[in-house]
Order: sequence, then C-alpha cells, then structure tokens
Amino acid sequence: MPTVAPLDLQGHVAGVAFLGDIPFFAESSGLIHRLDHGHKTVEAHEGLLSCIRDEATDTLLTGGEDGKVLRIQADGATSELANVPRKWISQVAAGPQGAVAYAYGKTAHVRLADGTVKDFTEERTVEGIAFAPKGLRIALARYNGVSLHWVAIAGQPVDLEWKGAHTGVTFSPDGRFVVTSMQENALHGWKLDTKPGAETRHMRMTGYPAKIKSISWSAKGKWLASSGAPAAIVWPFQAKDGPMGKAPLELGTRANIMVTQVCCHPVEEIAAIGYADGMIMVVRFTDSKEVLLRRPGKGAITAMAWHKNGRQLAFGSEAGDCGVVDIAG
Amino acid sequence: MTEATTAAAKPIPVTVLTGYLGAGKTTLLNRILTEAHGKKYAVIVNEFGEIGIDNDLIVESDEEIYEMNNGCVCCTVRGDLIRVVEGLMRRPGRFDAIIVETTGLADPVPVAQTFFMDDDVRAKTELDAVVALVDAKHLPLRLKDSREAEDQIAFADVILLNKTDLVTPEELAKIEATVRAINPSARIHRTERSNIDLTQVLDQGAFSLERALENEPHFLEHDDHHHDHACGPDCGHDHHDHDHHHHDHEHHGHDHHHHDHAPSPIHDVTVQSVSLRGGEMNPDRFFPWIQKITQTEGPNILRLKGIIAFKDDAERYVVQGVHMIIEGDHQRAWKDGEKHESRLVFIGRELDREKLERTFKACEAVPSAEAAAH
Repeated sequence: MPTVAPLDLQGHVAGVAFLGDIPFFAESSGLIHRLDHGHKTVEAHEGLLSCIRDEATDTLLTGGEDGKVLRIQADGATSELANVPRKWISQVAAGPQGAVAYAYGKTAHVRLADGTVKDFTEERTVEGIAFAPKGLRIALARYNGVSLHWVAIAGQPVDLEWKGAHTGVTFSPDGRFVVTSMQENALHGWKLDTKPGAETRHMRMTGYPAKIKSISWSAKGKWLASSGAPAAIVWPFQAKDGPMGKAPLELGTRANIMVTQVCCHPVEEIAAIGYADGMIMVVRFTDSKEVLLRRPGKGAITAMAWHKNGRQLAFGSEAGDCGVVDIAG
Repeated sequence: MTEATTAAAKPIPVTVLTGYLGAGKTTLLNRILTEAHGKKYAVIVNEFGEIGIDNDLIVESDEEIYEMNNGCVCCTVRGDLIRVVEGLMRRPGRFDAIIVETTGLADPVPVAQTFFMDDDVRAKTELDAVVALVDAKHLPLRLKDSREAEDQIAFADVILLNKTDLVTPEELAKIEATVRAINPSARIHRTERSNIDLTQVLDQGAFSLERALENEPHFLEHDDHHHDHACGPDCGHDHHDHDHHHHDHEHHGHDHHHHDHAPSPIHDVTVQSVSLRGGEMNPDRFFPWIQKITQTEGPNILRLKGIIAFKDDAERYVVQGVHMIIEGDHQRAWKDGEKHESRLVFIGRELDREKLERTFKACEAVPSAEAAAH
C-alpha cells in the first residue's frame, strides 16, 4: 500500500523536485521548503514563478517576480545567476554543462557556466524555453511557432511555424521531436529528423477540453503524457512519425474532474496523474491499471516529481497541501 | 487553512483604464494607489514610466495580442495578461482587485475579451468595467488622427471627461455631445486632474449581468422623447381587443422613431450606435436572432447591452456582448408597474440600422389571437 507523508504549507506550490534524496517544495510566495532531517526553509524570492530541477548539476533553478534567477543546492545554499529588477522571470530552463536559460519580454538569455550570457531576441514574447537533449541548442516558443537557436554559433535560427500562440515547448528525449503547448486546447509537434529539404512534418494533437498545463515524456521518450482533460492523454512516440495517425491512450479517466498534472515514472511505463481535486493516481500504460496514491485534498495538484529511484513521488497543490508518497509503502 | 488558500474564492474584479497619452490615466492611477480607501490593488501597466509609487504589486507587461485559431478575426486576447493574471492569482490574498492600464494606442477589445475567452482567467477574475479617460482639450484632434481614441470611448462603461478646466463651457458641452454620440450608454463624469470619487470608477459591475444596466439611467432614458407612430390603415399592428393581455404594451412596442445617435453630425466619428426598443419578445425568435446577428455582424459590434422582456416571463432578461461574445441571464423580477419592454443598444461600425430594427421587431411575441384578427 502506498503511504503518504504530508507536508502542509500555506499557499500555492509552483514546483517540487528531489535533489538526491531530499524533496523540495517551492511556494509561489518565494519560500522553498525541504525535508532534510526536519522541515527547513529558504526565503529565495519575493514571489516565485518557476522552479525546475537541473539534472546536470542536481540543483534547483528558480525564477521570480523579483527578477532574479537562482540556483539552489541540496543543502539550501543559493547563488544568484541573474537579476533583472522589476521583470518577471516566468521561464527558466536547464541545459548541458551548467548552462541556464531564462526569458523576459522578447529576449531569451542563455548563461553559460563561465558566466557569459548570450541573448536571443524574437519578434514576439518568448513564452517557453527548452534545451535540446544533445548539443547546446535551445527552442523558444513564441507566437506562431518555435525558433531553434544554436547557442555557441551565430546564425539564423530554424523557424518552426504554426499559426497561433505557443506557450510552452519541449524536446523529446531522443531529440527527434519538438512539441509545444498552445493557448488553444492543443499540443503541436514537429518532426526534426526529416531529410534536408523535405516537407515539414506537423503533428496536431487536439480534442482537449481545456488548456494543457502539464506534459511529461516517459522513459526513453516512448510516450508523451499530458493534462487538459478528465484523463491523462498519452500520445505514442515510438514510431518513426510519432503519433501521426494514431490515437492516444486515455488513462485514469474520471467523470468531471480534470487532470492538472502528469509525471511519467523515470523507468517504468507508468505515470502519476494529479487531479483538480487533489487526488493522485498512478496508471500503467500497457493495461491502464490504476492505483490510488492519494485521496482528494484541499486543492488542485500543481506539481509532481519522482525520486530517481522511482519509489517516491513528491507533490504540491494550489492550496499548499503537499507531501511525499512512498509507492512501496 | 488561511484565507488566501480558500478554494472557490470570489472572483477578483478587474478594472481596465484606457485613454490617450496625456489624458490623465497615470494621475488617476496614482489617486487609486494613494487614497485611503482601505483596498489593495494589483496594477498591470505597460511601462512603469511615470508612476512614482513604489509598490511591489505593480507589474510591467508587454502588450501581446493573440488571435484565436478559430477563424474569427475579432477573437483576440492579450497573452501577456493571461500570464500575469495567472501569476497574480497564485497568491490572491495580496490584493482586492486588479487594474489594467493600457497604452494610449491600445485597442481595449482584446483586453476585455481576455476576461471572457480564457477559461483560467475567467475562472478567477471578472471584468468590472472599462474606464476611458478623455482629454477634453485635445479630443477633437485625437478623433481626427486616431481610430483608437474613438474605440476607447465607444467601448467604455465609464468615461472621465478630464481637463475640463482647460476648455470653455461651450467647448465642453460640444465635447460631451461628441462623446455621447459615440457612446450613448456610458456614464460620463466631468473631471479636472482626474479628480473623481473613486466609487464612481471602481466596483461598477458593468459586465455583471446581475447588476447590468441598473445604474445606467442614461441607457434607459436617452430616447425618452420618442413618439408612437401614427398607424395608417395598412398598419399590421393590432390596436384593439387586448383583453387577453396581461400587460398594456400595445403602443410602446411599436415606435419606429427612436432618437438614435447616429449618423453622427460630427465629422471624424465613425462609430455609431443603434438603440432598439420593442415590446415583449418571443424567446424562440429572439435567441436565434441575437446569435445570428452577433455571428454575422460580430466584427462590427464593439459592445451591445440590453434588457429583454420575454412574454409570460416574470423576470427581466439582460444581455451584454463584445464582438461575437454574448452573455445573457435572468436578472430580477419585473417590478410592479414597470414597463415590460425590451431595449437593446449596439455600438459599432457599419451597423445596418434598418435591418436591425426590422429584424428585432420580428422577434416580438405577437399574440396569436391578434394575428388571427387580421
């Protein structure tokens, strides 16, 4: 039986992560909590907007309403990577070799480990940033598409065009696909490994009743799970052309309760699914088998992260009721 | 659980401030932020610029217009507002209301539509009113060189005719007539240095169906001096045998002589308004009609507002719309002695007055006994 170790915080939780064995919970207030031989707290930001884990260095990267970009170590030590007074830093991304990207307005900034910063300016606001899995390359989501830039090489970006507002972006772990979430209730994908000069291959993933706030690649990128429906919508990406012409899995379907977060397991083909009422289930892709991890709570699930051992799941909600689920009990 | 985390909290009201550069928006904003009214405001501005107040709830945002991918050119929203409002609403305990200040050249429509078309924003906030500041001295010039100045007036619920001390009473009267010609349903206040009782600007409920039109005496009275038309022998309306009627509405439903405010005699004004007035309506005709009108004429309609009397319905029905977005609901019971009549105002461009009047009339509920009498 899964067991839940609760942690009750005050407000909206914007991100959770494990650094080593230590679960971290980042509140929108700017307080970052961790469970490391007791409950410890760091006052990181005056208002926190984004919080992700940097795999390369096993640290947290955060962006805030105070215009700061911070790196936070497992022991809670923080270092400031950027400080842009009065700008909201709602996007941060972690790249290889300690590279960090952040954006405000129309410009994305990539800060390399040696402290040099490169700027990439778009015609419209940069709404999402992702590093490619290989090579120092970034994708910037913006109105009407995505721009791909090589960080170290000056030159024209590759523009992936698709009409509409793209609000988030991700590369598949094998680097073959770029997928965006959109202002409309859809994901859009591009196949990158087409032959030079070949026609661009688009993937329209539509039919969602709500905006997609959470997407997660399964182990080795075989599946892409997404929120935005009263079930987790999981698209198959194993084939050469990804999900083109294929129907997605619908997992953990509930009558009227929307899925707000999805988080694929680091090894197995299962995903944790968080709902608007605070419930969490884990569901297996092969047979849709469901296991309840947490009963409904005080508010919608806003963040989830697996420990790399795949046994523990940290979660946070919009109401601050957080915790760690041990799936083995 | 603290108050800030209580689920299903009341939606946060949003006031949109529009007005040309130099019309007095910043002065009004400074009043709102400094006067002792006991409320806290989060303010979304395009540039910190002249706001001389240190307040961590002032957020800068770059105007970012999104066209929605539904093939409709007038379905635009402000992407930056979606982002900022979402961020603000993660910590709702910090403020009581949100104010959006737009640039002088901003189109107010995408700003307003954001609060109807984005589900997340709509779930947590509600548009309270669009307030336009107008520089009494420079308005004639603005109307000559900018469509935005006119749009801002046409779209507003509350208009502050500001800098009245810089014009003569005659000029002011003329300016006010111009403003009224562009927008017959807004409340107009004359101000100097944006000095106004803030209760006239904030918490107006102008988009609230519950409160819709309750505080808009002008909407109800502006064409009071209408006349019933003289029916000729070919008049299709019935003037007798109303015994089966609950309501004495046989005449006021038939005026064809509204004093509409357009075509405007004022050069440089391209916005017109069409005020419709009718008797009790047949819902089976009215709803398909308003749907069709807003779908076909949506791009030309800036705002519409109305009170509809449906036959055999004890409650007033109110509608309001922006372009193709339309909302309607029952508001309250008709009061004793209140005239059961229907009123609808369209503000927009290239509106076909004759067609609107004719098709609106065709939605009236005609008692079958009457129809049989002819």
